[in-house]
Amino acid sequence: MAETTTHDAHVSSTGLSNVKLGMWLFLGSECLLFGGLISTYMLYRGRVSDGPTPEQIYDIPFTSVSSFVLLMSSLTMVLAVSAAQKKDDRGVNLWLTTTALLGATFVGGQVYEFTAFYNEGLGFSTSLFGSSFYTLTGFHGVHVTVGIIMLLALVAINKRSSVPGSKSETVEMIGLYWHFVDIVWIIIFTLVYLIPV
Amino acid sequence: MAIIERPTPVLDIPALPAAPPAITPSRTFGALKRPVASTGWKSWLFTVDHKKIGLMYGATALFFFIVGGLEAVLIRLQLAAPEGKVLNADLYNQMFTMHATTMVFLFVMPMAAGFANYFIPLQIGARDVAFPRINAFGFWCFLGGGIVINLAWFLGGAADGGWFMYAPNSGPVFSPSNGIDFWALGLQIAGIASLTGAINLIVTVLNMRAPGMSLMKMPVFTWLVTVVQFLLLFAIPVITVALFLLTFQRSFGAQFFDVAAGADPLLWQHLFWIFGHPEVYVLILPSFGIVSEVLPVFSRKPLFGYPFVVFSGAAIGFVGWGVWAHHMFASGLGPVSVAVFSVATMAIAVPTGVKIINWTLTMWGGKLVFSTAMKFAVGLILLFTIGGLSGVTHSVAPSDTQQTDTYYIVAHFHYVLFGGSVFGLFAGFYYWWPKMFGKLLNERLGSLNFWFMVIGMNLTFGPMHILGLQGQPRRMYQWTEARAGEGFFNIAFWNLVASIGSLVLTLGILFFLINIVVTARSKVRAPLDPWNARSLEWMTSNPPKEHNFDSIPKVEHLDEFFHRKYEEDPVTHTMRGVATAEQVLAELERNADPHIHMPSPSYWPLVLAVGLPVIALGVIYSTMVAIVGGFIVLYAIYGWALEPATAVASDFDTPSTNGHAVSTTHG
Repeated sequence: MAETTTHDAHVSSTGLSNVKLGMWLFLGSECLLFGGLISTYMLYRGRVSDGPTPEQIYDIPFTSVSSFVLLMSSLTMVLAVSAAQKKDDRGVNLWLTTTALLGATFVGGQVYEFTAFYNEGLGFSTSLFGSSFYTLTGFHGVHVTVGIIMLLALVAINKRSSVPGSKSETVEMIGLYWHFVDIVWIIIFTLVYLIPV
Repeated sequence: MAIIERPTPVLDIPALPAAPPAITPSRTFGALKRPVASTGWKSWLFTVDHKKIGLMYGATALFFFIVGGLEAVLIRLQLAAPEGKVLNADLYNQMFTMHATTMVFLFVMPMAAGFANYFIPLQIGARDVAFPRINAFGFWCFLGGGIVINLAWFLGGAADGGWFMYAPNSGPVFSPSNGIDFWALGLQIAGIASLTGAINLIVTVLNMRAPGMSLMKMPVFTWLVTVVQFLLLFAIPVITVALFLLTFQRSFGAQFFDVAAGADPLLWQHLFWIFGHPEVYVLILPSFGIVSEVLPVFSRKPLFGYPFVVFSGAAIGFVGWGVWAHHMFASGLGPVSVAVFSVATMAIAVPTGVKIINWTLTMWGGKLVFSTAMKFAVGLILLFTIGGLSGVTHSVAPSDTQQTDTYYIVAHFHYVLFGGSVFGLFAGFYYWWPKMFGKLLNERLGSLNFWFMVIGMNLTFGPMHILGLQGQPRRMYQWTEARAGEGFFNIAFWNLVASIGSLVLTLGILFFLINIVVTARSKVRAPLDPWNARSLEWMTSNPPKEHNFDSIPKVEHLDEFFHRKYEEDPVTHTMRGVATAEQVLAELERNADPHIHMPSPSYWPLVLAVGLPVIALGVIYSTMVAIVGGFIVLYAIYGWALEPATAVASDFDTPSTNGHAVSTTHG
């Protein structure tokens, strides 16, 4: 690694590592992705055709619980990053796995919710409300799922101690992504579920 | 997978014809051996070198330029005479849709990306971009996207809804072929190239500048391309959403733009133009950057008002977000919106005007050298100004309502896009060709190239102002003699002129292609510093070595290279030469870094990018194919993530002891 020192010193004009700066830029871009999807939903949420209205199908207590689970996963993610910085491999694996499980619980809740809504008559092509609701929350669900895959993959390869690059930074990057996805959910939960049409 | 890529995967220069072949590739966890080929097609397929990727962007974009150009010629042949029979209505729709899509997404954007890839690391004194593998991935995405979009020609007909694909024309009722599906998915994939490229180049520029190069010492090309990358960073996700909605509607039965279901077709227009207007600046700013490099060099003067050029470029980047609805004045937005966007549109003409004045004053009093590059740069100033002025007339909403959907609009955007973007890119070809290939393009052919293009372009697009004001609508596949009108405003005459002009233009492009061949066959090498240039990219050999700089230069001035060659005489206050380019370069080589590690080639960017078109075809034809594509993507991501950033010892050959030992000259 000695040879790389000059290059590493050379690459940090901003003081942020390339990876971290790149991640922040990516998340900035993601804001507009969700911005577009949320705008579409806000435009169409009242257009229900013959299908059910939001008030008829939303189960606020249920979604509140799954939202709480997702928010708690941000806490465990922070613990994973903290363990990584202390080079505590067991802690990293423990908290990454916990985070992934909490995330999976949230996604499971979403699958349950989608199934329930579908049975109550809200299909993807039932109404504009249906199309835009499933698209928005589905995109978020896919983001969480990608996060879970990254977390589990990191746990798997962490054991082989073959993660390229700085381990703690890798954990931190997945953490940034994970927190971002959580924050987006706070906005979606407020706008989609809590504010009446 | 930006998150786990290290900025500097280390492997000593792999492309060393001279070095002993001590490299034994290690097996990475992804099962493929690390590629080590330094010559032949493999060295291109798996390269992560920003220069090779830049050239591949350029070559591919040039190919699509020819394709898009032939489409344009067919359009003009169809319209040359009344009741044209060259194309039928359906084919005509496909032709103008694909002409615009090709020129915007598959020529101007990637050609600018090619220049950016090649020259930004050189201009800021870096050895590569921040994420070399992602850079390669971006190129393969662009190529894959371009192929998917054009595949539709052979699979039932290309997209036919116009390049901005308004609803309801984009719906299955009006466009039953799969063309628009290919179009939406292809653009989605090409969009990944733009997004990853944007992140990559911004990080490169912010993090990897040579010591001493503050932001305000960066060359203008680098500055304006950086502004472009910020525009892309925030504009691409918006079109991504729009394209997803369109795909969901066409493939999965969603109703986003189905008016019968109560949808609002304006949603598409807003999403498209929130992307589409910044996109306009994405197309023009790189060319502005190129002429800002070319004009000072051939005027023998520094750029007039460097900070103004930079900040007006940044201002365009900001105000460019607040003008999108001027594309929608005819859609009934309401008086307040129309007034706001009208004023914002007038305002954005100001920073552009600032640049025109700066360029003009750069030439004022200079010792002008009218090389072909300079001719194209001056051509840009004049032609873009014409297009800019007709653009200002669009900002007046009542007048725009009359012009909407007429050839007047077509005239306007071809003056800014052809007279602006394309002329800028051609200036770049002639200016940077010796840097990229070590040979000067032929100036006599270049002169023919320029004059035929300038005359052809004015003959083609000039008359369209008249045609448009006479009311000839866009996208009509035929016009009739009975309605052609009389006298000076007879549209039959002006349509014929425009069509003849397009052939003159074609000849101009042909001269360029001939020039490429003639230059490639010529044995005359370009001198090291053929133009007496000013910026860092010229402080390298022609073409640059694999690692660009033997030692990273310490930057003290804007136009660092110029200041190493010239000093101010304290008595006469004139600049006098103190060193030749050869001496400056020799100085860098004397202080060569003892160990230079370059990023190693990788299979994964290509494998990952191959998975995406497979998914796209799967979405259109069969879920099973999409699943296969998904597995390719997943496999590639794992291989990529597990590829050690620091290659194991056997992947290295013996470290060089100085820059000379690792240097290589491309044939």
